[in-house]
Amino acid sequence: MPSATPQPKIQDYAMIGDCRSAALVSRTGSIDWLCWPRFDSPSLFGALLDPDGGGSFRITPAGGHTARRRYLPETNVLETLFRTSSGSVILLDFMPVAAEEEKRRRLDPDHSLLRIVKGVQGEVELEVRYDPRPRYGTSSAALVSHGPFGLWIDTGGKGTLALRSSIPLAMGPEGRSGWGETKAPDGSGSPASEGWSGPGAGAIVRVRQGEVLHFQLSYTEEAPAVFPPFEEAVEALQRSVDWWRSWVSGLRYDGPYREHVIRSALALRMMIYAPSGAVVAAPTTSLPEEIGGSKNWDYRFCWLRDASFIVRALFGLGFHDEAASFVSWLLHTTRLTRPRLNVLYDVFGEEPPKERELPMQGYRGSRPVRLGNAAKDQLQLDVYGEVIDAVAQYINQGGTLDKETSRMLIAFGRYVCDHWEDPDEGIWEVRSGACPHVHSRVLCWTALDRLIELRRKGHIRSAPEQRFVEVRQKIRDNVLRHGWSEKIQSFVQVVGTDHVDAALLLFPWYGFEKATSERMRKTFERIHLELHAGGSLYYRYATHRGKEEGAFGICSFWAAEYLARGGGSLDEARAAFEGLLRTGSEVGLFSEEVDPRTGDALGNFPQGFTHVGLINAALAISERMRGIQEVEHHVLPQRPEGKRRGRSLPGTP
Amino acid sequence: MSGLSILVWGFGATILLTTLLAGSQGAGLTRMNLPFMIGTIFTPNRDKAKLIGFGIHLLNGWIFAFIYAVFLQAMGGPTWWRGMIIGFAHSAFLLMALMSLLPAVHPRMASEKRGPTATQRLEPPGFLGLHYGYQTPLTVLLAHLLYGAVLGFFLGRF
Repeated sequence: MPSATPQPKIQDYAMIGDCRSAALVSRTGSIDWLCWPRFDSPSLFGALLDPDGGGSFRITPAGGHTARRRYLPETNVLETLFRTSSGSVILLDFMPVAAEEEKRRRLDPDHSLLRIVKGVQGEVELEVRYDPRPRYGTSSAALVSHGPFGLWIDTGGKGTLALRSSIPLAMGPEGRSGWGETKAPDGSGSPASEGWSGPGAGAIVRVRQGEVLHFQLSYTEEAPAVFPPFEEAVEALQRSVDWWRSWVSGLRYDGPYREHVIRSALALRMMIYAPSGAVVAAPTTSLPEEIGGSKNWDYRFCWLRDASFIVRALFGLGFHDEAASFVSWLLHTTRLTRPRLNVLYDVFGEEPPKERELPMQGYRGSRPVRLGNAAKDQLQLDVYGEVIDAVAQYINQGGTLDKETSRMLIAFGRYVCDHWEDPDEGIWEVRSGACPHVHSRVLCWTALDRLIELRRKGHIRSAPEQRFVEVRQKIRDNVLRHGWSEKIQSFVQVVGTDHVDAALLLFPWYGFEKATSERMRKTFERIHLELHAGGSLYYRYATHRGKEEGAFGICSFWAAEYLARGGGSLDEARAAFEGLLRTGSEVGLFSEEVDPRTGDALGNFPQGFTHVGLINAALAISERMRGIQEVEHHVLPQRPEGKRRGRSLPGTP
Repeated sequence: MSGLSILVWGFGATILLTTLLAGSQGAGLTRMNLPFMIGTIFTPNRDKAKLIGFGIHLLNGWIFAFIYAVFLQAMGGPTWWRGMIIGFAHSAFLLMALMSLLPAVHPRMASEKRGPTATQRLEPPGFLGLHYGYQTPLTVLLAHLLYGAVLGFFLGRF
C-alpha cells in the first residue's frame, strides 16, 4: 500500500557521490537513497523506494520554507538554500574526494558523507532526523551510542555506519547506549533517549546567522575506523571542490551549451566506479518508467551496450584517462565470458545477482522493487558492435592492442559471423521473447566493419579478413532487403514488421547509412510519425506510446544528434536540443524517461545514458557548426610499424 | 627443538593466525584489521600502513614463537595442548590488557574519553576489542589457540 507520506518528484532529487557510491538528496534536505560501500550495495537510506520503512537522513526547516538548489560551480558539491520567514540557512552536502597523493598523506574514512549547515541570516529552526534502515529496510539493528564517536548501527553485512554531529542528537526508544550518552563533543547537550520519540535519532535546533553545524556520516568495514575532527570539514570541502574543478579543467570542449555539457560530464564522472573504471547505468533501482507501473529495474550495473557512446563522450570531451580505463575494464571483463558477451556486469566484471523482488512499497507505490537484473541472461547481439566500436575509438585516439586482446576481438568477430542471424532480445531488452532486430544486425555489421578496418590498418593482423568482408556484405544486403519496409518506407524495428524504433536513428552514427540518405530521411519521417511525443521528445518504440512508460531521454537526444549529423539543419538540431535541455532537473540532471504530459522525470535517476546522449548531441552540434557531419572514428589510423608506440590499455601487459 | 625449527614453524603459525584473522574480517565476524592497526602507528598512508603492519606482525610472530618455545620447554616439552594453553594466556593478555592500553601508546588512536582530534582519529578497540565487533574476542582467541597448537605440535616433532 502506497505511503501516506508524499514523496518528492524524481527530478527533485540531486545526486552526490565519490565515484564509488552515490546518494540522492531531496529538495527538503533528505538523503533518501544511499548505498555503501558501492553503487550496488544494499541501501542504508531507502526512503526513495519506501518512505515509511526505507530510512532517511533529513535536515530541513521545521516550518514553512522555500528551497533553492545548485551545485557549486564545476563541482558535485550540492548547496541548498532554505529560506523561512525568520531567516535562511545553507546546507552543503557532499562526499569528500581528493587526489591520490593527498589521500596517501592523510588518514580519512574510506567512505564518508559530510553535511554542513551554515546560518546565513536571522534564525532558522531545523529538524534533524537520522533514521538509517540498513539492507533496504529489512535489518532490525538499532542505533547504539558510542559517545564521542557518534551513533552507530550495524549494517548487517561486514560494515558499520556511524554518524557524528556537532550537536547532540537524542535517540528514540529503540536506541541504546554503548559507550556512554550521546553528547556534543564539548560535553553539552541532552542525554540520549530524551526528547525524541520518533524512530532513529534526532533534534530540533536553532541556527543563527554565522553558526555552523557539522554532520559526518561514515561507513567502515575495517577497524580501527577513522574519525576526522569536525574542524577538518571545511578542509575536506575545499579539497573536494578543488578535486572536481581540477577534473573539469581537463575538459576540452569549447562548443555551445558548455555549462550543460560540464554538468553532464560531472554527473557521468560520479557514475564511473573509480577502482575499476566501470560505468554504472544509474545509481538507483526500481524508479518506475510509469508511476504505479511494474517496469522497475535495477540499473546499478554496467551495460556493455553503453560502451561506444560513453567512450565517444569521454574522448570527445578530452577525458582520455577515463575513456581508456573504461575500455580496459570492458576488455578485461569480457575476457571472462568470451566469445559470448553478457549484457551487463557488476563494477568488477562479475555476474550481477539473480533478479529478485524486495518487500518495499516502491516509489509512489510502483511495485515490484527489484534487485539484480534478469536482462543479464538475454542474448543481445548489438553489444558486439558496441564493444568493438569502443575499441576502435580507443585506437583512433592513439591506443594500441596487445596480442591477447587482438585474439579476443577476432573471436568476437567469428562469433558474430556465426550468430548474426539469430533472434535476440535487442537493445530494448524486451522480455516478450527473442526476434530478429534490425538494429542488432546493423551492430553486427558494425562489429565486422570495425574489425576489417582494424585488420587493414595492421592492428589485428591475424583476422580472417575475407570471411569478415563476405559476412559484412551479407548482413548489409539482409538489412537493406528485410530490414526495410516498402509499405511504411522506413527501416523497421524487427524484420518482417511495420513498426520503427528510435534505435534506427543510430545508423549514421555507426556508418551504416548516411544521415543525409533518402532512406534515413524517410526513416526519420516515420519515426517522427510513430514515436514523436511532443516537443523534442520521442518514445523508444511504438508498442506503448506512453501507456506504460514515458518518452525516452537518450532517444530524444539521438534525434537531435541525427539532425546535427545532416538529417536536418543546424537550427533544427539546436532547437531540438534546447527543447530537451528544458526536461532536465533544476540542477541539470536527467532521468531515463520523461512524462510528456507533465514533464516529470521517470525511471532510474540520474541516468548516465541520457547524459551521454546530451554530451554526444552537443558534440555533434559543435562539429556541425565547424562544418563536420561525419563520425570521424570510422577511419582508423595505420598501426605504427616496428616498436609499438602510442597509449596502451591501462592494466594490460 | 632447534632455532631453525622455531623460525620455520613460527612463520607457518603466524601465517595461519594472520589468515584466520583476515578471513574473520572478510567473513564479517570482526572489523579488526591487525596490520592496519599496527601500521598506522608509523604512517597515515592506508596502503603503506597495512604493508608495514603486516611485516611487523610477521616479525612479532617469529619473536613470539621463541617465547612460546621457552614456555613449552618450561612446561615439560612441546605438545599441541600446551601450545593452546599458552595461546589462551597470550590472547587473554592481548584482549584484556593490551587492547585497553593501546590508545595510550598508539599515536593516532583516540580514546573513549578523548574524542577524535586532528592527530588522534582512530577508533579505540575497547575492552576485549569489543568495539571492533562483538565476535572480535572469539576470533582473536581462536587464532591464538591455533597458533599455539601449531607451534606445540610441530616443535615437538621437528
